[in-house]
Amino acid sequence: MEKTAIDTNKLRGLHQYQWEIFLLVLFLAVNVVNSFLSPYYLTLDTFVSTPMNFLDKAFLVLPMTMIIILGNIDVSVGSIVALSSVLMAVSYNAGLPMPLAMVLALLVSTTCGFINGFLQIKFKELSATIITLSTMTVFRGIAYVILEDRSAGKFPSWFSFLAWGYIGKIPFILIVFVLAAIVFAVILHTTRFGRMIYAVGSNRTACEYSGIRTGRIILGVSMLAGLMAGFTSLFLTSRMGSTRPNVALNYELDAIAMTVLGGISTNGGKGRITGPLISIFLIGFLNYGLGLRNVSAQVILIILGTLLILSVLVQNFTDRQSAPSSKKISAPTHRSDAGDGLDIHEHSAQGG
Amino acid sequence: MQSLVNMNTDNPSGNTNIRPQNPENGPNKRPAGLVSKLTRNSEAFRELGLLIFIIVLSAIFQIRNPNFLSIANIKDLLANTAILSILAVGMMMVIITRGIDLSIGSTMALSGMITSLTVSAHPDISPLLSLAQGMAIGLAAGLVIGVLVAYFKILPIIATLGLMNILRGMTYLISKGKWVSAYQMSAGFKNLSTGTTLGISNLILFAVIIYILYTYFINQTKTGRHIYAIGSSPDTAELIGIKRKRIVLLVYALMGLLAGLAGVLWVSKFASAQGDTAVGYEMNVIAAVVLGGVNVSGGRGKVSGILLGSILFGILANALPLINISPFWQQFIQGLVILAAIISNVLLQRRNDKLALKKRAI
Repeated sequence: MEKTAIDTNKLRGLHQYQWEIFLLVLFLAVNVVNSFLSPYYLTLDTFVSTPMNFLDKAFLVLPMTMIIILGNIDVSVGSIVALSSVLMAVSYNAGLPMPLAMVLALLVSTTCGFINGFLQIKFKELSATIITLSTMTVFRGIAYVILEDRSAGKFPSWFSFLAWGYIGKIPFILIVFVLAAIVFAVILHTTRFGRMIYAVGSNRTACEYSGIRTGRIILGVSMLAGLMAGFTSLFLTSRMGSTRPNVALNYELDAIAMTVLGGISTNGGKGRITGPLISIFLIGFLNYGLGLRNVSAQVILIILGTLLILSVLVQNFTDRQSAPSSKKISAPTHRSDAGDGLDIHEHSAQGG
Repeated sequence: MQSLVNMNTDNPSGNTNIRPQNPENGPNKRPAGLVSKLTRNSEAFRELGLLIFIIVLSAIFQIRNPNFLSIANIKDLLANTAILSILAVGMMMVIITRGIDLSIGSTMALSGMITSLTVSAHPDISPLLSLAQGMAIGLAAGLVIGVLVAYFKILPIIATLGLMNILRGMTYLISKGKWVSAYQMSAGFKNLSTGTTLGISNLILFAVIIYILYTYFINQTKTGRHIYAIGSSPDTAELIGIKRKRIVLLVYALMGLLAGLAGVLWVSKFASAQGDTAVGYEMNVIAAVVLGGVNVSGGRGKVSGILLGSILFGILANALPLINISPFWQQFIQGLVILAAIISNVLLQRRNDKLALKKRAI
């Protein structure tokens, strides 16, 4: 009995790493193909500077990982990016010093995240999906009310350093992103807060009954999502040099797709941050390569949508395969005679 | 008996949902009757509120702009609301089963684009054939989503988000980024939406036919009631032998079918098919459905509700430009209205549940 339990653990550990190895192999394949397409591709400089093209939205993936582990979905992040970007530009044009305008953008986005979280804990009957769907419309609606169909910009020249600047040979945005990723990895995998995210994602009701303040966890994660949307708005605005109410359209789709492709199960309670981190670069380099081949944005839409669905399909399939092992833990306590039958099942699962 | 009563406490309107036609059934006649009466009153109360709100809003708009309640404008308003209300029917079923469909805007664009391309290539094709073509395209899209959601257990929001992009991308690819304009469409095709039969706009007739069929389907047929049962309690529904997967598949397929139909009507109405046809229209539909009192946690919703919700939404869209509110306010107002609607739904439901408990305590 004990032996099989250990074997199962090993299997599950391997199985968890398998996904990340799979992503890494894909990532390598994408890069090999890319290097065939462009002779200038495979230099270290290109390799290091390519992430400047897609890292702005990668900040959304970090909190999205937490949200999906919680068992929720947040579709409002793109709108939060637009709103805080618009407010930053407008307040700067109205005379606010740029550093303060940037702080304002972060404050606004965190407040938006707070609103999302607050609504979720006040109205538990509503799913996060429907709440963020409506706040998505509200936030972008405010951006349209403020700026209508105009654009705003004329930022000071140093502002473009955020997206285009280098420190040594490494892009500034890459450094910031790596720092943010480390912070999120530490929060998610080593702190109490992080463990509670998994707990709430596995079984919210049980958490409530065992005295975990689930509301605080949800609020905290929502505010982190808001804050990161603020970071995205800073880098995105800096990259484009001006802003409009329709910026960051469909960013939520990209973020959700990257997270899910990274192996975070939409059933909640499972997954590690390493997967999404790899998939950010995988999708980013894939897009870049498709761009090199002059593939239109529409085809990229199709590819992204297909990837999203395929990765959930594979996730669900592997989830189902590992399901018997989780049942097994509870089985002996209820029916001692059921243990053997399940063991046989276990072995067959290993064989296959 | 005790356990039966307790079961009712968990889901006070469970009986109403599955069988509103004859609530006095089974051995627990008294409590069920009371509960359903209360729930019914509160639902009626909700619809009455919506109706009063529509009347008050209309009165305000009428004062601001005397043209608002003219026959011409009302006809215009109803014709403009027709497509929205047709889609609301499908979305209501989807939301009752605890799902959501974000792909309908893209489905409409694809179906509209393919049918109008066909019409421009074969101008003598019958408009009815175009309708069938659009509906078939929509049905195919809906079936894909339905299979993904029902049989592969993908969250509806993920599946439809993915399909939303795939279908939109396909629309651009098929059209090669070009538009199909009015001169490329046959008169018969354009007549589908803009024409009149017996003095009534075809669009309104389409909506009326669909509402009659749908009201019968959802209220009188076994399958229709099963949709509610699945939304109220998926596990229980499966335990009593309802084929849950099939019903969920059916719901998304019907949504796709209606979206395909709406796509043809949309393109025929505006006499132009574009890559970005109906972008974001799914939000309008969800808003109308939620406004109409369909509960986003599943299991609850009435046809009369979504009809009122669609009309209210149509009034907002029609009247805001009439009283000189900038179109840039529309999205914001729409978002606030959805938020207010879902929150008031929850508050009403809580009050309802509390009342039901109180009644039982006596």
